[in-house]
Amino acid sequence: MASSYDEMWEKLNLDLGAHGGLLEVLGKFYGDIYLSQAGRLRGMEYLDFVLSEVHGLRIRELQEARAAGRKVIGTFCVFVPEEIVLAADAVQVGLCAGAEAGKDAAEKILPRNTCALIKSFVGFKLSRLCPYIESCDLVVGETTCDGKKKAYEIFSDYAPVYVMEVPQMKQACDRDLWRAEVLRLKGRIEEVTGRTVTPDKLREAIRVVNERRKVLQRLNRLRAASPVPISGRDVLLVNQVSFYDDPVRFTASISNLCDELEERVRSGEGIVPKDVPRLMLSGCPMAVPNWKLPYIIESSGAVIVGEESCIGTRSTRDLVAEDGETLDEMIDAIVNRYMRIDCACFTPNRERLDNIVAMAEDLKVKGVVHYGLTFCQPYAMEAFKVEKALKKVGVPMLSIETDYSMEDVEQLKTRVEAFVEMIR
Amino acid sequence: MDNPQRVAGIDIGSRSIELVVLNGGSPEHRVKLPTTFDPLAQCMKLMDGVHVSTVVATGYGRRLFADAFDKLRVDVITEIQAYALGARFVYPDVRTVLDIGGQDTKVICLTAAGKVARFEMNDRCAAGTGKFLEFMATALQIPLESFGDFAMRSDRRIPINSMCTVFAESEATSLMARGERPENIAMGLHLAIVRRTVSMLRRVGFEPPLLFAGGVAHNLCVRFILEEHLGHTPHIPEDPDMVGALGAALHARQITAPGPG
Repeated sequence: MASSYDEMWEKLNLDLGAHGGLLEVLGKFYGDIYLSQAGRLRGMEYLDFVLSEVHGLRIRELQEARAAGRKVIGTFCVFVPEEIVLAADAVQVGLCAGAEAGKDAAEKILPRNTCALIKSFVGFKLSRLCPYIESCDLVVGETTCDGKKKAYEIFSDYAPVYVMEVPQMKQACDRDLWRAEVLRLKGRIEEVTGRTVTPDKLREAIRVVNERRKVLQRLNRLRAASPVPISGRDVLLVNQVSFYDDPVRFTASISNLCDELEERVRSGEGIVPKDVPRLMLSGCPMAVPNWKLPYIIESSGAVIVGEESCIGTRSTRDLVAEDGETLDEMIDAIVNRYMRIDCACFTPNRERLDNIVAMAEDLKVKGVVHYGLTFCQPYAMEAFKVEKALKKVGVPMLSIETDYSMEDVEQLKTRVEAFVEMIR
Repeated sequence: MDNPQRVAGIDIGSRSIELVVLNGGSPEHRVKLPTTFDPLAQCMKLMDGVHVSTVVATGYGRRLFADAFDKLRVDVITEIQAYALGARFVYPDVRTVLDIGGQDTKVICLTAAGKVARFEMNDRCAAGTGKFLEFMATALQIPLESFGDFAMRSDRRIPINSMCTVFAESEATSLMARGERPENIAMGLHLAIVRRTVSMLRRVGFEPPLLFAGGVAHNLCVRFILEEHLGHTPHIPEDPDMVGALGAALHARQITAPGPG
């Protein structure tokens, strides 16, 4: 079936041979990690379908949108306000950054001690493996860390890049900076799309994105039940897909999944027995297909009940206030919401510690696994503070630093299993 | 047929495999073989003629063992748990366990009740482990077993800064080229390993008494400098390599014990 997309992929200038290989590996990996699970919800079939078509049908939709005059905006970070993009009738997609593809190519133009996520998005582009980036009219980057900031300079030789400046602190002047940046983005998006962001369009966009956040919040409330009704891996996948899929369709599908989940919670049915230790993930984002650590955790006799991460609660916790009447008020609401993101790029970043502790207590977890990508300095630094904050409330933490390679799987298993033995 | 009182623990490490058989409360049989490139064949040899009701496997090869010996009642635990149990048995007051094995170093802090409170392991690189010493002993053409004694004959302490095995070897080579006595280079290498170990101990929150286990605990020089750096005499079990297998056997005894307790 996949071959029916060959023509499209060829038009997008993908490396067909290498891309075919990537999809094959991805399919096998997905089968091992996802399809092998017992007692999965029917609603996950939608996710299985979306993922099996992640480089197929969804890319075709993007081509169709472009043919109809809409633009495609690619992003790597939860700081890019999707509301603005949608209000200009454009499509926003998260770009490929979760696999070790094109590493050798990336290391030719990036230092080796760069985090796997950055190497991955550069590698995907250089190796012509990501149909998303090839469909983008504009890639919006941000200054969340030095690695990304400087990589975008290099990346702009290969793709149309626009960078938003994310402040480092949360004082009034930082908010002013961020407001100016949101307006500057609006200007650029209007220019690229040839559309004007009107109050009506923006109001609707705010509502659409909030609805998606709300359905993910509902999913997070339901999955917190005991016994746990859905695997952490599946919830991670839902979060991952939220960055690729059409927001309205996604919200409807996840709403159905939640109905099914509600039923399961009501009947007291779990995917694992009640006494299986509940763990929470915290730290760096896990982009598709980075399922290594969740899979190890859930194969070690524990279950994940929360992801404190950009592909997790950091992206869904806060809503944009919907009471803005004028364009200015709506922009303010957007600015306020995004300034609440507790990214490790901020100093100080007390909110993140408070949010982690609150989450660990609400979810009644027995432990937290902190996940840092090797060479990600902001999260590596915060790992120490997170451990300290959790210790105060009696929650043990395991700090893991890894990347997308598989060479450390056995060592990780030993550590995770030992952590589970310890907290059980 | 198998005596339910008789259980075994097997620790399949990167360098050696140890087997301990417990009968009732006490070790009845202990044996060790090198891991080689065919650990399963070595396990078969060790298990030959061993009749037990339960085997608990630990170490890197624990799953391999469990899959291969599926006719037996096999359970697996991590080395962390195994060392904690084993250490507690040989030295009931222990609060911190240090294990320097063939390819990893572990520090385990125990609660007063003997439960694992915290632990740390080195990551994927084998710097500062038994492999480091083995590699360096080979580079200096000294048998591994006498490398510690050799280093103790040094007459001055020179710093070796690299903990990476490859870099440390080039550092050692340049020292040799400058005419440094090999005993002093050996001492420098031992110092490097101990400094790394001590910082790991402090990071995890070392509390005495300390039990030092694993193959490297045989090394007199590491023991000597460790004591010097910590200001505390670590307890060395009679058979430091066996602590993991012993712990696994103790776990086997726990899970086969009839009724609660």
